[in-house]
Amino acid sequence: MNIVVCVKYVPDATADRQFESDNTVDRVGVDGLLSELDEYAVEQALQIKEKRDGEEITVTALCVGPEKGVDAVRKALQMGADKGVHVVDDAIAGSDAIATSLVLAKAIEKVGPADLVVTGMASTDAGMSVVPAMLSERLGLPQVTQAAVVETQGDQVRIKRDGDAATEVIGGTMPLVLSVTDQSGEARYPSFKGIMAAKKKPLETLSLSDLGVDAGQVGLAAAWTAVEDTAARPPRTAGEIVKDEDGSGATALVEFLASKKFI
Amino acid sequence: MSEVLVVVDHVDGAVKKPTYELLALAARLGEPSAVFIGAAAEGDAVAEAVKGYGAEKVYVVDDAQIKGYLVAPKAEALEQLVAKTSPAAVLIPSSAEGKEVAARLAIKTSSGLITDAVDVQEGGVTTQSVFAGNFTVTAKVTQGTPIITVKPNSAAPVEKAGAGTVEQFDAVISDAAKTAQIVASQPRQSTGRPELTEAAIVVSGGRGTGGNFEPVENFADSMGAAVGASRAAVDSGWKPHTFQVGQTGKTVSPQLYVAAGISGAIQHRAGMQTSKTIIAVNKDEEAPLFELVDFGVVGDLHSVLPAATEQINARKG
Ligand SMILES: Cc1cc2nc3c(=O)[nH]c(=O)nc-3n(C[C@H](O)[C@H](O)[C@@H](O)COP(=O)(O)OP(=O)(O)OC[C@H]3O[C@@H](n4cnc5c(N)ncnc54)[C@H](O)[C@@H]3O)c2cc1C
Ligand SMILES: Cc1cc2nc3c(=O)[nH]c(=O)nc-3n(C[C@H](O)[C@H](O)[C@H](O)COP(=O)(O)OP(=O)(O)OC[C@H]3O[C@@H](n4cnc5c(N)ncnc54)[C@H](O)[C@@H]3O)c2cc1C
Repeated sequence: MNIVVCVKYVPDATADRQFESDNTVDRVGVDGLLSELDEYAVEQALQIKEKRDGEEITVTALCVGPEKGVDAVRKALQMGADKGVHVVDDAIAGSDAIATSLVLAKAIEKVGPADLVVTGMASTDAGMSVVPAMLSERLGLPQVTQAAVVETQGDQVRIKRDGDAATEVIGGTMPLVLSVTDQSGEARYPSFKGIMAAKKKPLETLSLSDLGVDAGQVGLAAAWTAVEDTAARPPRTAGEIVKDEDGSGATALVEFLASKKFI
Repeated sequence: MSEVLVVVDHVDGAVKKPTYELLALAARLGEPSAVFIGAAAEGDAVAEAVKGYGAEKVYVVDDAQIKGYLVAPKAEALEQLVAKTSPAAVLIPSSAEGKEVAARLAIKTSSGLITDAVDVQEGGVTTQSVFAGNFTVTAKVTQGTPIITVKPNSAAPVEKAGAGTVEQFDAVISDAAKTAQIVASQPRQSTGRPELTEAAIVVSGGRGTGGNFEPVENFADSMGAAVGASRAAVDSGWKPHTFQVGQTGKTVSPQLYVAAGISGAIQHRAGMQTSKTIIAVNKDEEAPLFELVDFGVVGDLHSVLPAATEQINARKG
């Protein structure tokens, strides 16, 4: 069985994230890492492999991203993925979700066939939550998304999730696309042994031509959306802060609410 | 004038407020048409509701054969409606399901996609709030039919009479779209309070509640507010995940957000930073959330909130 886990390389959310002059995200000047939410995807892939002890299962970590994106793949290998694939090509810079999903789908077809494509619920940079559905559409596979609990048996996959209006159990038959939330279980830390072992694991670098994708289909110029302007939010002007002494805090709070006509 | 398709957000035919917000935005781009995917029998009631907010047409897509099959069939139905109507844009609520439907529709129709818009202007220029609300981005779809998902509370509904002409639309759904199935579904229990993402006021509690949400809930009730929680409170099992506000919970953008016993981690701020007015009650004056507030009380929520609740209730007489 082949499991492909999609891991995105994103600017650190706790650092000062910036845009470039062409309105694309600065992915070079800011420290990047494996999108925290994709660690949960790696974790679930590894758990599926561990639970299906005795089967031959390969977990491949796949990243479409800049040169430094290889760090995201390495982290997944250190956690326990068996193989890494990094698609890197200058032409990809500035791609929209449509083009990103195209490159990911072509890469999955190339390294596949995959029985399971596992992704995070959203990236921590753009956070659109659309790539899993796009992969399902492009690969012609069922989608079971936003999983809080994952169970597999034979070729059946069942997930539990908090849907928009209900708690649901969703079922599908492999091959399929699975996305997992941060409710699915803490991601493991790479052990020292895992870090050492990762150095010897196969790591393949692919370009667009390796995937048979025309450079004209991706990148900023080919995007079907155009960012016209980005503006940093003006810093909030410091609010009024009171210390609660002898119940004065509640009175001040209620006065504030009344002054703003909330009560 | 071109039609603009608005996908109706509803629970069993009960139209939800974001639908009216989308209709108001749609009117800036063209002639609003509502698309109701649900039980055909509920079509007339839905039409009655949306025509009061400017819907000229109401397409009713009977979901009898696709109910229970997740998002792929809905995207197919919309693809066929787009082919029939050549709309100026398709507006969809930014729920998890809405975004997935939009994602598939964008690929099917070779169209650009913008998610989580907080505003849509004439000409289809959208505004998004990104990086935990630290940047505002304006963007545009440049190819195909603009597919735009819009967050709740992004526009004020506009009451305006539309024709509300009902048209049944028979979509042809492929078997390939019916491959992921809802095996079981347990509708969310109503809390009797406003819904988190739609509420005008949200009061959230965090680890600082120590598991006792009573002060938070009583205060919320005195304000007619929805109740939210931080992930720390959810992870501790004090509230279900559906209460979580933040990056991996709900995004809220109410008129007033009150955070009690919440420190203000970036992932929490990502879900509430665009609230119009922000209040924090926290013992620690160094809590990062105080950097965002319009008003803050440094104090114990277990004494501040009950006292405030009492005063508010007394004012109401
Ligand atoms: C602030 C900002 C706003 C943007 N707005 C838009 C927009 O409105 N429209 C648009 O079309 N594009 C937009 N983009 C670009 C687009 O988001 C990214 O190019 C693209 O990667 C899509 O998805 P996402 O990061 O939102 O992924 P999501 O759909 O949130 O990601 C879900 C999962 O897919 C997988 N995944 C996603 N990208 C990769 C990758 N490169 N490599 C490996 N796995 C991956 C991961 O497992 C991830 O957890 C925006 C980018 C930024 C930074
Ligand atoms: C991938 C990822 C996704 C995440 N998604 C989310 C998310 O969606 N939403 C979210 O909230 N978090 C999220 N988090 C978690 C986030 O990083 C924080 O850990 C979390 O928000 C902390 O919750 P808290 O503020 O309640 O707890 P703490 O940070 O522990 O803060 C508790 C606060 O309560 C105060 N306090 C204690 N006692 C009292 C008292 N008696 N009266 C008043 N104040 C008191 C303390 O001074 C402190 O400031 C995510 C984290 C990760 C890694």
